[in-house]
Amino acid sequence: MGIIDILIHQGKQYIPDLSKPVLPEIYRGLPHLSTKACGEGCNACVDICPTDAIVHTQGISLDLGKCVFCGECQSECPEQKIKFTNDYKIATNDRKRLVIAEGMTEGVKLDPDKVRAEIKQFFGGSLKLRQVSAGGDNADENELNACSNVNFDMGRYGIDWVASPRHADGMVISGPITEHMAEPVQICYDAIPFPKIIILAGTNAISGGIFEGTKSLNRSFLDKYPIDLYVPGYPPHPLTFINGVLAMIRK
Amino acid sequence: MNYLLTKNNTTVDLNAIPVISYDDFSTDVSLLVQDENRHCVTYYGWKHLEVLKFICAIADDATAAIYLFSYELNVHEKHHLASLTHHIFAFHIFEREIHENFGIYFTDHPWLKPVRYAYDRADQNNTIANYPFFKITGNEIHEVGVGPIHAGVIEPGHFRFMCNGENVLHLEIQLGFQHKGTENLFLTKSKMSQRHLLAESIAGDTVVGHAYTFARNMEQLYGIKENLKLELIRSIALELERIAVHVGNLSALCTDVAYQLGSAVFGALRTPIINYFQWWCGNRFSRTLIRTGYNPYPLTPALCDRLVGVLDDFEKKYIEMSEEMFHLPSVLARLERSGIITQEQMHLVGAVGVPARATGIKRDIRTSHPFAYYKHVKYEPVTQIAGDTLSHAVIRDHEIKKSITLIRTFLSLLDTMPISEPQQKINYQTLALKPNQFSIALTESWRGEICHTAVTNAAGELEHYKIKDPSMHNWLALALAVRNNEISDFPICNKTFDLSYCGHDL
Ligand code: SF4
Repeated sequence: MGIIDILIHQGKQYIPDLSKPVLPEIYRGLPHLSTKACGEGCNACVDICPTDAIVHTQGISLDLGKCVFCGECQSECPEQKIKFTNDYKIATNDRKRLVIAEGMTEGVKLDPDKVRAEIKQFFGGSLKLRQVSAGGDNADENELNACSNVNFDMGRYGIDWVASPRHADGMVISGPITEHMAEPVQICYDAIPFPKIIILAGTNAISGGIFEGTKSLNRSFLDKYPIDLYVPGYPPHPLTFINGVLAMIRK
Repeated sequence: MNYLLTKNNTTVDLNAIPVISYDDFSTDVSLLVQDENRHCVTYYGWKHLEVLKFICAIADDATAAIYLFSYELNVHEKHHLASLTHHIFAFHIFEREIHENFGIYFTDHPWLKPVRYAYDRADQNNTIANYPFFKITGNEIHEVGVGPIHAGVIEPGHFRFMCNGENVLHLEIQLGFQHKGTENLFLTKSKMSQRHLLAESIAGDTVVGHAYTFARNMEQLYGIKENLKLELIRSIALELERIAVHVGNLSALCTDVAYQLGSAVFGALRTPIINYFQWWCGNRFSRTLIRTGYNPYPLTPALCDRLVGVLDDFEKKYIEMSEEMFHLPSVLARLERSGIITQEQMHLVGAVGVPARATGIKRDIRTSHPFAYYKHVKYEPVTQIAGDTLSHAVIRDHEIKKSITLIRTFLSLLDTMPISEPQQKINYQTLALKPNQFSIALTESWRGEICHTAVTNAAGELEHYKIKDPSMHNWLALALAVRNNEISDFPICNKTFDLSYCGHDL
């Protein structure tokens, strides 16, 4: 009886439509930057930002590839120019699209023209991914694991984690790529058969985050290959990851 | 004996810690830790003015005292010192770190190997590719190497098993792949927004534990008075983090013994807890929840009600699942008598956290060196005696239930507490750190004892920041636990210890 009770009490755990959940208001996803003028000489957001994600020239712009979604800029700005929304669909294949400008109202999307033809051709119904943590802090890895748990269940779309790079169609890197992981990352990539993709999951993978520019990193791998998907977040939310991947592989 | 006596969550004048000779240090510390209630919580060195300065903190679990020792060495000379490890094995990892960082040679240390290949290590000829592995020879002996990249979605590290058939004779664990220079960044990144971020990034699975420990050090150094309500709220966060990770761990353990129901249900039960953090502070891993000196996210009545509801629902579903799991012969058969480690071995390596308690050691900072609101409640550590993988699982099970009770107690106190906590964002530029201080904070995170220490210079700047994740003590214990087990039992041993790679590699 115990097991039956458990199953009944658990009910349906999966989220039926992963593009639909509404996260709490307080969740920090896509930011909106208003066009309101900054106060005279004010540079508060730039000064407080831990990762230099904000640039202030004519107006301000905010780079989601560097942002750790701490919300410090939002609470610091005297003009309330910065407002993080609960929009979690912020993955893209175009690095430039991660830079949010003032007055932008449409969300972050993939550039369909930049999705390589072989991705849709081969991976639309099945995508096997090898995850490599290269300095990831285990929040990243926990969220990537959650993508395949009973709630998010990305396996229903044919997207799965695999153990061997030989079985993989691509690689998902988390962490800023430490010096000591530079070689293993390369070896793993080389072992994946063509055609193959690279996904950067989380702020540290995309830009190095707070660790950017330090001597313990070696990000030279990223200069050699095209990146197929950037998934911002600190850590990246499973909904951001799965919706991003689906937008990339679906015809 | 010449030391300074202090206790948890204090800051002392750096110059008040007597500087003694290395020989005296070695003799005194050896004597002190003869008592099993006393263990080393941190021991390290850094360049201070013109010398290499060393600090060693010994915590006494019976009296809540912390003994601080210090000695100094000339920066420019080569040093050969008699190792403490020779007498007290628990020092092995600290001496290895000191050796790696400064090239100091501990003459009779059994294995003075690199710890993490820090980018600023003394000997740049030591590279992660030429790690000096142990070798066992014999016709029947073979080696199994795993990692740094593992089969699952986890952090990197290299495990090398020396086996006789299926039987593991020894496991050597090589770490360092995750090294990001975190400790030094605390000094070079001077904004508090950056330092909070760094503290939250030491180990992303222990955000509350590390961020809280960091915040306490900063509060001590800024001279910000402890606020009881703030500490109460932070205690709730610490217990929630414990529940989330413990239940996630039980899920992973079920996966590894091929028990699908437990894997799925415990996994699903972790979700409402981390989603509660998302309701509370906007992040499932509680990033931005803890800030020095104030509470950025007040626990509103609506949030309290939500927490009561989440816990009630969780408890019902958790108990029926754990009852099922802990009575299932097929699960018990895999966990019982796997990965046994003895209390004597655990004392030897100076183990902390759940693995230490699994052998009957009553080491829990919440009771022995109480911090936050644990000072005001009576908490009895959960222990087991068998030291096998089942003991770890049973402790996690009991701790989840105790955490629920603690949170309920904390919530009821919240209602009646007449004071409120500071909620106003602090402009840290208007504050100054006290100069020439040594500050220490110990926290019992879900993984065990965290110790952060900070030193300020004469100008009131951070001169050094030292992080000790519980994993520092426990990785060797894992290696000992798998001896004489079948290699196929390694995953469940690894999962029960659940140690941090990034917390160790920093
Ligand atoms: S939310 Fe992003 S942009 Fe704003 S301060 Fe934090 S890291 Fe910088």
